[in-house]
Amino acid sequence: MSAENLPRILIIDDELAIRRFLHTILSCEDFSLHEAENGHAGLAAAAAFKPDIILLDLGLPDLDGIEVITRLREWSKVPIIVLSVREHENDKVAALNAGADDYLTKPFGVGELLARIRAALRRSLQEVPEPIYTCNDLQVDLTRRLVTISGEEVSLTPTEYDILRLMVSHAGKVLTHSQILKQVWGIAYLEQPHVLRVNISNLRRKIEADPSRPRHIITEPGVGYRLTF
Amino acid sequence: MPTDNDDIRPSPEAMLKLAQAEEVTAELGKLKIFLGYAAGVGKTYAMLEAARQRKHDGRDVLVGYVESHGRPETDVLLAGLDVLPRREILYTGVTLPEMDLDGILARRPQIVLVDELAHSNAPGSRHEKRWQDVEEILAAGIDVYTTVNIQHFESLNDVVAQITGIIVRETVPDRLLDLAFEIKLIDIPPEDLIQRLHEGKVYIPDQAAKAIEKFFRPGNLMALRELSLRRTASRVDDQMRAYMETQSIAGPWPTAERLLVCVSGSPYSEKLIRATCRLAEELKAQWFTLYIETPQGGKQVEENRGRIWQNLRLAEGLGAQVASVTATDVTDAVMEYAGRHNISKIVVGKPSRPRWREILQQPIVDRIIRRSGAVDIVVVSFAQEKSDEDLGVSRKSPSFEVSGYTASLLLVAAATVLCELLRPYLAPTNMVMFYLLAVVVASVRLESKPAITTVFLGVLAFNFFFVPPRLTFVVADAQYLLTFLGLFVVGMVISSLVARARERAEVMRSREVQTASLYYLSRDLAASADINAVLKAVQRNVEEALDAQVAILLPEGEHLDIMAASVGLSLDIKEQAVADWAFRNNHQAGRATDTLVSADLIYLPLQTPSSVLGVMGVKLMHQLAYHSQDNRRLLDAFTTQAAMAMERIRFSRQAEQAQILQARENLERALLNSISHDLRTPLVSVTGVLSSLKEEGTHLSDHARRELLDSACSEAERLNRFVGNLLDMTRIEAGAIRLNIELCDVQDLVGCALAATEQRIGNRSVDIRLADDLPLIPMDLVLMTQVLVNLLDNAHKYASAESSIEVSATTENGWLFLDVSDRGPGVPEQDLKRVFDKFYRIPIPEGAGGTGLGLSICKGIVEAHGGKISAENRTGGGLRIVIRLPLVQK
Repeated sequence: MSAENLPRILIIDDELAIRRFLHTILSCEDFSLHEAENGHAGLAAAAAFKPDIILLDLGLPDLDGIEVITRLREWSKVPIIVLSVREHENDKVAALNAGADDYLTKPFGVGELLARIRAALRRSLQEVPEPIYTCNDLQVDLTRRLVTISGEEVSLTPTEYDILRLMVSHAGKVLTHSQILKQVWGIAYLEQPHVLRVNISNLRRKIEADPSRPRHIITEPGVGYRLTF
Repeated sequence: MPTDNDDIRPSPEAMLKLAQAEEVTAELGKLKIFLGYAAGVGKTYAMLEAARQRKHDGRDVLVGYVESHGRPETDVLLAGLDVLPRREILYTGVTLPEMDLDGILARRPQIVLVDELAHSNAPGSRHEKRWQDVEEILAAGIDVYTTVNIQHFESLNDVVAQITGIIVRETVPDRLLDLAFEIKLIDIPPEDLIQRLHEGKVYIPDQAAKAIEKFFRPGNLMALRELSLRRTASRVDDQMRAYMETQSIAGPWPTAERLLVCVSGSPYSEKLIRATCRLAEELKAQWFTLYIETPQGGKQVEENRGRIWQNLRLAEGLGAQVASVTATDVTDAVMEYAGRHNISKIVVGKPSRPRWREILQQPIVDRIIRRSGAVDIVVVSFAQEKSDEDLGVSRKSPSFEVSGYTASLLLVAAATVLCELLRPYLAPTNMVMFYLLAVVVASVRLESKPAITTVFLGVLAFNFFFVPPRLTFVVADAQYLLTFLGLFVVGMVISSLVARARERAEVMRSREVQTASLYYLSRDLAASADINAVLKAVQRNVEEALDAQVAILLPEGEHLDIMAASVGLSLDIKEQAVADWAFRNNHQAGRATDTLVSADLIYLPLQTPSSVLGVMGVKLMHQLAYHSQDNRRLLDAFTTQAAMAMERIRFSRQAEQAQILQARENLERALLNSISHDLRTPLVSVTGVLSSLKEEGTHLSDHARRELLDSACSEAERLNRFVGNLLDMTRIEAGAIRLNIELCDVQDLVGCALAATEQRIGNRSVDIRLADDLPLIPMDLVLMTQVLVNLLDNAHKYASAESSIEVSATTENGWLFLDVSDRGPGVPEQDLKRVFDKFYRIPIPEGAGGTGLGLSICKGIVEAHGGKISAENRTGGGLRIVIRLPLVQK
């Protein structure tokens, strides 16, 4: 594969050590890399380099990471994976709500990072979600509104189905509580997260083998939910 | 073995005295007095010359106040010196120039020149006298050069008056002479001085010209000169004595004499005080001044209060230790005080009453002499005659009590009428009984003088109306004289007995009132746990005991703040400035004191042996109340008690803080140990693995490399967890933890925790038992997940790999019970509470060591939720941690 056809990754991070580390592990894979060491340079590079994915650090010397996401989102839908030492959920929620696609807390495992990158790439490459989502025993047929576990049909309420459908269309990506609430219930329900919790709890009982050890709908504590991919 | 040297080693007391004196002078400024014996000897001139010399030496010299009186020589010397502008004080339409004390204190020179030490300041100044200004300057650590004439010294005041016939009103306490670091005697022969006077070189105010002429007689001047030379010599003598004492030079030391003088409101008391002071000086003795308040004194004491007050202040100013006691019997009180204070000499005034009165009542001097035992009695005579009242007995003035005497007259008249009615039936001798009855009634009901009057009137009336021949004072039968005498003696005895009983009761009552108010205060103070309670207690007690208004001011940074004040009492800036002065100088100030007397309140420092904690301002209802010894004593006791209570609270708070500090230090040490250990250990393995892979990478088998990398990874993760724990702990400690409470599903909570620990726990079985009907629980899911993760990690760490971990949740009585149980070794019973302490680690097998933070973080988080966490050992072995969370958040 020629370099032009490789997926392009833009790394925006001010720490040289991190950039070097990312460079090492990502160049082993088939990616074309570009690096920027601050927010402004990153924004310029995003315009010039046209990356397929952006790895963004939140603690930049010139611009706050959230600000970078907001500015990027004004004109681009490029997937953004945030890499940050900020482990507080509020930071994650802020980044995700601003338009980031994923969030990884430093330090992270290489495998984890690569999986997230691939998931993001896959999502961005496919404009329309696949009509049928399959993961282990769970299958969701969006065209027929049919959900099966190991081939057996599961009966869901309309709300549960709406939630599942939303998650299927963003499989692998963290959806924040407010994102789900807004999409499924509408803006009026933003302050009622327990409605969501009750529905997720019910949904898990129906599709999870052991609801205490969920395999499909994963809780990101304080942030939201993610459907495994 | 003791050597000869031991005997002449300076005594510890002597060394201590010297050390204290040095210590005091080290903090204070040094006082240099230019002492003269009359105006015109050249004190100011000498002072200015010395000042110029100092300035030439490079010292910072400031002229605080020097009056040149237009003399050109003085003006010449003044030129080139730094002169502080004077303060203008407007008083009854006249502007009076005064020394700017605050200006000096603000400017802080090294040396200040202050002319005329004995000067009285204009009303409205901070202090009444300039020497008080000087004391304040010295206290600020500034050296003072000053001038004064010998006749202004308090103890010599009356001697000078005797010599010159001029009474000097402006006096300076003798202690300033003792305080002086250096005394420079400015001495010129009297002839030269008179010469200068004639040449017009001596400044004399016009209005005083006549008096001065009388003053500047050679005889006067010689006497004054001698006085000043003697006074200076005696000081030199003192210094030499002190030197000899510290250098162990043996000498004939006078035995330590202790003198006692009693004072009253009599004008002669002043003389007595001065005489005692001089005597004490000569004997190098400590001296005491005693005022005895007798209940008989009642009324007169009220009138004399001002003078008594002044006398006691005079004595204090002259260096006496002043005390006042209340007693019915003066002799008893004097002897008791003398015994208690080891008095060696009692100074009394020569009695000058007519002899006949001595027959009726033995003079107090005689009674004291009779009972003096080993104590010497020094009898001092006065130039003028009169009165033994100087002994401190304040007797009633002859003011006529109309009501009392009228009553006495009526009683006698009634007895007479009764006798007249019964005259046909009674012999005259028996009529005496009615008069006796009148005397008894008078003694019980009236004061002692009207009672005695009743005795006299009764005797006269009986004689006049009933003893034959009637209606004359002639007595026919000599037997009746015996009847008169009987009536007279019985009447006197009864009236004096009753009077004495009444006095005793009065004394007891007033003592009891004082004791009771002190008792109430100390009781309230003992019950006060914090400073505000103390202040409130003091305020309430002073208000009640003295019928006064109170304000208590405590330092708050640079200023005094009013911390407690009576209703309706407000202090303006001026009052607060007085309070501030009292605080800074640790000396009472304000009304009825020496300093800033124009204030509305009296301000007393709340002092303890070690420091001044604040100031109490008191406003009494009447002017006289300020001068009452009882009140002042009570106020002193109140301030002392209040200060002690405040200090007690301060100390206990300090002790508490010291304890907290100690605990924190221990914690910090544990933290540092933990950090250095727990951060380094994983780094050691990670670094080791990396370096071995880098250097030996090719020689290692795949298996070995895999193992090394696994261990490095798990160590790095451990390091990350530890840092996370430290951060969490810091947040919890800093109170920065903010709960994001939402209704959460317990199953979700457990799921999250299991997911987070999945990698570490691996295949170990975790038994989850959740009640079916669990409601949504209000909690911060993130933090509670962390709690559960920590508990699972612990259980995993301590229990053997085959055993299972149990997680269960139920609800009961409004609480969610969430248990995590393992089958590990458990915790020693006595440590069950301590497991939640920071850096507590269960003594466990090598290698499983945690950070000692996990459980304390759990505790912090659970308690922030309003919940509880506890540990218990399970039957059959193992540890169970029980978390209780409220089902409804407040």
